[in-house]
Amino acid sequence: MASIEFSEEQSMLLETAADFCRTHSPVDAVRKQIEQEQSTTPELWAAMAELGWLGVTIPEQYGGLGMTLADAVPIVESMGRYLMGSPFVATTLAAQALITSGSEAQKNQWLSEIASGAAASVGLTEEDGNWRLQEIAATATANGETLSLAGTKCFVLDAKQAQAIVVSVMFEGAARLVLIQADQIPSGALMREVVIDETRRSFTFKLDDISVPRSQLLDGADFAALEQAAMLMLVAEMSGGLAGVLHVIIDYLTTRKQFDQYIGSYQSLKHPTVQILLSMEACRSHLYHAATVMAAGDIAAAEEAVRMAKAQGSEAFAFAGDRAVQFHGGFGFTYECDAQLYLRRALWCQYQFGDTAYHRELLAPLLLDQAV
Amino acid sequence: MSISQVELKDFEQQADAWFAEHKPSKPDFILPETFMEVGTDQQFEYLRDWQNKVYEAGYVGMAWPKEFGGGGVDQAFQDIATKAMAKHRVPFLPNTIGLNWAGPLILHMGTEAEKQKYIKGILSAEDIWCQGFSEPDHGSDLGSAQCRAVKDGDEYVVNGSKIWTSLGSYAKYMILLARTATGGPNKYAGLSFFLAPMDAEGVEPRPIKKLTGEYGFCQTFFNDARIPASCLMGKEGEGWKVAMATLTFERGATGGQAGGLSMMDLSINDVVELARRAKRNGRPAIEDPHVRAELVDLITESRSNGLMATRSGIPALASDWPSSVSMSGKLRSTELKRRMCQFAISLQGANGARFVSSDAIDGGMWQRSYLNAFSGTIGGGTSQIQHNIIGERVLGLPK
Repeated sequence: MASIEFSEEQSMLLETAADFCRTHSPVDAVRKQIEQEQSTTPELWAAMAELGWLGVTIPEQYGGLGMTLADAVPIVESMGRYLMGSPFVATTLAAQALITSGSEAQKNQWLSEIASGAAASVGLTEEDGNWRLQEIAATATANGETLSLAGTKCFVLDAKQAQAIVVSVMFEGAARLVLIQADQIPSGALMREVVIDETRRSFTFKLDDISVPRSQLLDGADFAALEQAAMLMLVAEMSGGLAGVLHVIIDYLTTRKQFDQYIGSYQSLKHPTVQILLSMEACRSHLYHAATVMAAGDIAAAEEAVRMAKAQGSEAFAFAGDRAVQFHGGFGFTYECDAQLYLRRALWCQYQFGDTAYHRELLAPLLLDQAV
Repeated sequence: MSISQVELKDFEQQADAWFAEHKPSKPDFILPETFMEVGTDQQFEYLRDWQNKVYEAGYVGMAWPKEFGGGGVDQAFQDIATKAMAKHRVPFLPNTIGLNWAGPLILHMGTEAEKQKYIKGILSAEDIWCQGFSEPDHGSDLGSAQCRAVKDGDEYVVNGSKIWTSLGSYAKYMILLARTATGGPNKYAGLSFFLAPMDAEGVEPRPIKKLTGEYGFCQTFFNDARIPASCLMGKEGEGWKVAMATLTFERGATGGQAGGLSMMDLSINDVVELARRAKRNGRPAIEDPHVRAELVDLITESRSNGLMATRSGIPALASDWPSSVSMSGKLRSTELKRRMCQFAISLQGANGARFVSSDAIDGGMWQRSYLNAFSGTIGGGTSQIQHNIIGERVLGLPK
């Protein structure tokens, strides 16, 4: 049950990704990118495509490497470790939507584009902030072979850069997924959102006035798989982020003196730092366990593992970010202190795709109400 | 040595069958959950007999050298046997100090003669061991030990006292940390380590009544007690180094322990099962949303610990602080157990206020376990000291 598998390939990906992100995403580069229009530079995005990362989870027949979501985990974890922004996660989730819910023709058309470097995204959340992905207000209505869309999606990441966005809508009484191409989006439909994590490029997407051919309605509608994928990617970012913020804390605790003592010698700072260390270790363990179970295709076990990981990781990362700011004292209150970057990211991660309390509530029947 | 999977599988079945068949029947007295809670002769005899039976059947000390009484086979067999013990929920093996600390230490640095003398008795539970590290005035700060040992011919004369000596009244030997010199460059310099006989004249273990009202620990007094000079482990003044080596076994970072079940482990499943039976305001506790959220959190934490152990076997997934998992095992497991027991009491409504008696839920087991759980979070270095150790040694924070 409590299994973790980690292949040679994953190990190599982890090494490459850690090295890539360390080199290309030092904290001053992160801060510079915050001022820019997009979440990453065109050069870095091209370099990621060059490394084959965009095709990691895409089957070989569509031009990918034919690996699983578990193989994207070391990449996303490394990005989280160095606060690296990019449309990688959004693109990977759009690819997952196609892989799990698209028809052969739909996969053929769009997965190969993603594998060759096109960014993509998903729009699954709406203005009311509801985490239940199938409670949707946006609609699609059929007019012959055309679908007319209406409603608003929120927190659509890197939408301006995306060549395609998969959104959830109600269609004939059921929750479905529709793919919208960049050239079908009218100007003004995408509006930049002000969000707590400034490394993200998040958009509100007005669907009103958009019409797409019916062939862009995805064949299936596997919301469970998509939600699990989204959670796994967030946990990977959080696991990396926990290690990153811990380094920031330790650096300060071992160099800053007050009352003639390094502040790390004070137990009121030392002990919570150890708690953060242990919660980081727990998060990483849950992460790779969830990745293992999901890759094995055991849907029920995967739901349990990934919700548990999201519940634990969200709480741990938010605590670590909170303490990181506090332990920096007056400096922690400034924009210049890196602790805020992690705290603000932790809040994003916590409130996207369900917070700790939400997942505990959903875990309760899975863990407590089954026959003993 | 390579072992085939078939061999291991066969052994697993064999061990499984043996423990299924030989699991002793439940006695009519309450059994302790760890060696620190053995409070009556009845409990002690029962557990000692059990360890002896397990040893005779060959399921403890399997990886220890054959010439000294061990099994001489690969550790993988012991791990399987230990798992079988946990699975069948058989009683624990009471000679914990011997199996986990004194034994590995003697195998690690003892002479041939010492190995011949001590190892077999440790495994068979014929020779019970206790630990003399803590002193009344120096709990977690072992380096400040004041118990004196002065050399006199071929003996040392010991004066002072040690506290929390579990099984002190039953033990034949004590691993003893005592001061052989004062005025050294630091407090650690004058300490020495002994394998001290408990039957020497002037050694007097006195039972201490615990917070539960039961007995289970001793304070051991030394009044001009004379022990042979040959009991010294390592050199005079190297006691701190030797004690740290045994504490590494204790804190679970290094292998070499004899294996076997060392405590009756309450699992989170036991708490979930209690939540189904126990009532809060007339309804099963498990229906209360707050109870449910807390149970989920406890299950998650319990699973974290299991998964961390699995992950530590994958070097590529070690974090930037690779020793954190092994160094924190004691802290995580003992704090979780304390929290679980504390929570289990809260499921019982007004009956949470009962104690060991027939009216109490599960005979008051949860209340008793909670109070006893402090032995884990205090003994072997308090949780607070564990935080210091991990902060300093793993994260490199200043002292």
